[in-house]
Amino acid sequence: MNRMLARRLVTNVSRMNVLMKSFSTQVAEDAGSLNEKLSKEHEKKQTISNNIQQYDVAIVGGGMAGMALACFLASLPMTKQLNVAIIDSNPALGSRLCIKKDDPPDPRVITVTPATISFLRDAGAWQYVEQSRHASFNKMQVWDYTGLGYTRYDARDVNKEVLGCVVENKVLHSALLSRVEATDFQKTIYPLRLTSMTLQPSSTSTVVDKFSSTASSSAQRNLAKLELSDGSSIYAKLVVGADGGKSRVRELAGFKTTEWNYSQNAIICTVEHSIENQCAWQRFLPSGPIALLPIGDKYSNIVWTMSPSESGHRKSMNDDDFVEDVNRALDYGYGPHPKSSLGTGDLFSWLNMDSTFSANQFFEIPPKVVKLASQRMVFRLSLRHVNTYASKRVVLIGDAAHTVHPLAGQGVNLGFGDAFTLSKIIAEGIALGNDIGEVHLLKRYETERKPANIMMMAVLESFQKAYTIDFGPLNVLRAAAFHGANYISPLKRSIISYASGDQKLPLFT
Amino acid sequence: MASKLSYQLRNQTGAAIRRFLLHRFPNSSAATPSLLGIRCFSYGSSQTVSPIDPSASSPQELPQPRTSPKVELGAASASTSSSLKENELAKFAAISETWWDSDGPFKPLHVMNPTRLAFVRSTLCRHFKKDPCSARPLEGLKIVDVGCGGGILSEPLARMGATVTGVDAVEKNIRIARVHADLDPVTSTIEYCCTTAEKLVEEGRKFDAVMALEVIEHVADPAEFCKSLAALTVPDGATVISTINRSMRAYATAIFAAEYILRWLPKGTHQWSSFLTPEELVLILQRANINVKEMAGFVYNPLTGRWYLSDDVSVNFIAFGTLDSA
Repeated sequence: MNRMLARRLVTNVSRMNVLMKSFSTQVAEDAGSLNEKLSKEHEKKQTISNNIQQYDVAIVGGGMAGMALACFLASLPMTKQLNVAIIDSNPALGSRLCIKKDDPPDPRVITVTPATISFLRDAGAWQYVEQSRHASFNKMQVWDYTGLGYTRYDARDVNKEVLGCVVENKVLHSALLSRVEATDFQKTIYPLRLTSMTLQPSSTSTVVDKFSSTASSSAQRNLAKLELSDGSSIYAKLVVGADGGKSRVRELAGFKTTEWNYSQNAIICTVEHSIENQCAWQRFLPSGPIALLPIGDKYSNIVWTMSPSESGHRKSMNDDDFVEDVNRALDYGYGPHPKSSLGTGDLFSWLNMDSTFSANQFFEIPPKVVKLASQRMVFRLSLRHVNTYASKRVVLIGDAAHTVHPLAGQGVNLGFGDAFTLSKIIAEGIALGNDIGEVHLLKRYETERKPANIMMMAVLESFQKAYTIDFGPLNVLRAAAFHGANYISPLKRSIISYASGDQKLPLFT
Repeated sequence: MASKLSYQLRNQTGAAIRRFLLHRFPNSSAATPSLLGIRCFSYGSSQTVSPIDPSASSPQELPQPRTSPKVELGAASASTSSSLKENELAKFAAISETWWDSDGPFKPLHVMNPTRLAFVRSTLCRHFKKDPCSARPLEGLKIVDVGCGGGILSEPLARMGATVTGVDAVEKNIRIARVHADLDPVTSTIEYCCTTAEKLVEEGRKFDAVMALEVIEHVADPAEFCKSLAALTVPDGATVISTINRSMRAYATAIFAAEYILRWLPKGTHQWSSFLTPEELVLILQRANINVKEMAGFVYNPLTGRWYLSDDVSVNFIAFGTLDSA
């Protein structure tokens, strides 16, 4: 009540100030006295409007992409003096979650590519991940249920150490948070939800027109105003939407999306083996791929994509039946094992000189799953891409801008790429004295990320479509593709580089 | 259009050139007309129409009474330039509301701004020994933006920490600039004045750095203008001037393409005859005791839609000089 009165008083006073100002600008005056008057009025306005906090960047959503952006901004020299607000109602952000090493791994894990690892290492966050549980893998095997072909990838093919690293979400999240807190970056966490957002138009029409807005000074009128779930508001020069697939920022800013549902669900869970698993496995089944990723300590993570009815059935069956189902899916069910046909060297013998390390490896059977170590979680899958990433004072990163199929573990890595590029663009803008909410600057972020994201989505889409159709000639084509990727070394290297994030385009570089 | 082109070409041939040059540079020695004469005939051969953006900042510097006797010499050109200037003033006044509309008529200037800021930032940091990795490297420097227009250059300079004074001959531009600068507390410290460089000299103002970007091609007497700029600079201070080269290529891009084909600028914004070549600019700056230390050109890449700094000074170019402390 008091706040409303205060606000009304503020608007009345600002209206009077505004009237005075418009009169004074219309009368021809000396430059000196005009400046004097304006600075006096400006001071008055500043003292009145001190109750609403003002930030340089407001990151809505403190998940992977949002925290990564905060971490990158904290580590770049140009941006570390920025004042940042993080708006996320997740309690994990407020309190420091103590991650006990003895806990079984959380089923929610992500696979980070070497490119992402290097971003995080440069920002100083990777050291925190290395202190907790994480598992790098340097081998990968991909095959399908027809048993006609398989491909093995090895990090040594491209002279690298790892193909990727599997990290639990909570481990990476707390690593990012620790890094941000270790620097003297000015951040304020608001454990609230965003209810509404006002992005003021940029017109320089006479100030008399701005009567109706509730902003309390002409300076703040130009900023974005965010209203939070407890009724408070903040101002920000730039609003970053990092709030996931059902982004509220995207909805409030009016960005249109292109989307369709895959009519597939994914079941994820943690399983245990009797031996160490050091390779990533993926088998394409008629209804979708099943992936087995090592997490460390004889644990692995399963991501199994299937139709919604099957996922309902599999979620509710008991643990032993589920483990049996998983072993069947990975090993002996649905079709025969591919033959390790090293003898096809005669067709590709001319490439043998340049052959990759993994071309000479036999087909291996994945390690048997012994026990289920966590609950089973089910997620709907959809593809979504927003049509524009940025407009004045608002920009989207991560899942808020794009969601992809999990079959190649690329989704969160695209989000990290977005966060890195946006932090670089903001740093360049500050170096040249730009207003960071300016459209031209944000459009540069869009022109850099949009083609890369769309390309990756197209590749994943084509894979997803190609592997869901069970049709004789197409099966043979797929087998040929497996063989080709396995034995044609330049192609294999290209695929590994692209999936690792080191290469912009899948081919032709 | 063709008649205008041939008219200008006719104006540039033979004795007309000599007369024209004597009018423009009455103080030049005997050697320079030949030098400049050679320059006039060596038109750039490539006429690729790559869209070029000459900024449309406000015209500046109505000649003061003491320079008018010189202006009277070449009476014809003088009257055309002063009448053109009035037209230009009116033109700029008409579109002054759109200064900050980043998709409006001043869009090319907004797109070019980061590139020229990059040059200004690096040269000023190098000259004044400031830390280029800081977010406010120009802290403590007093800078004047002559022909500031809507403040497109002044505001980023203020955000980089400088104490900025913006001057412009068009009152409306100053008003727009002031309103926009008040939107951000950092830029509201910019001092805007509706005045000319000569008046500032008379007031005895001195600045560490003087910026006159895209102004000198709208001035009646460039030599006197440069002398005013020099008078505003402290000894060993910096002067940055950017303009368009008087080459065939510049005519094809900056005037023909920009004004007639792409309509980026209103017709008649620029007069090809008022453009300066880099050599001429260096010369008149030398006369004003300013040594040009660095020069760069701007090129536009139509595929990416961005401007880049390069060595190619055949269309837009920018020069950084320092005032002799002697």
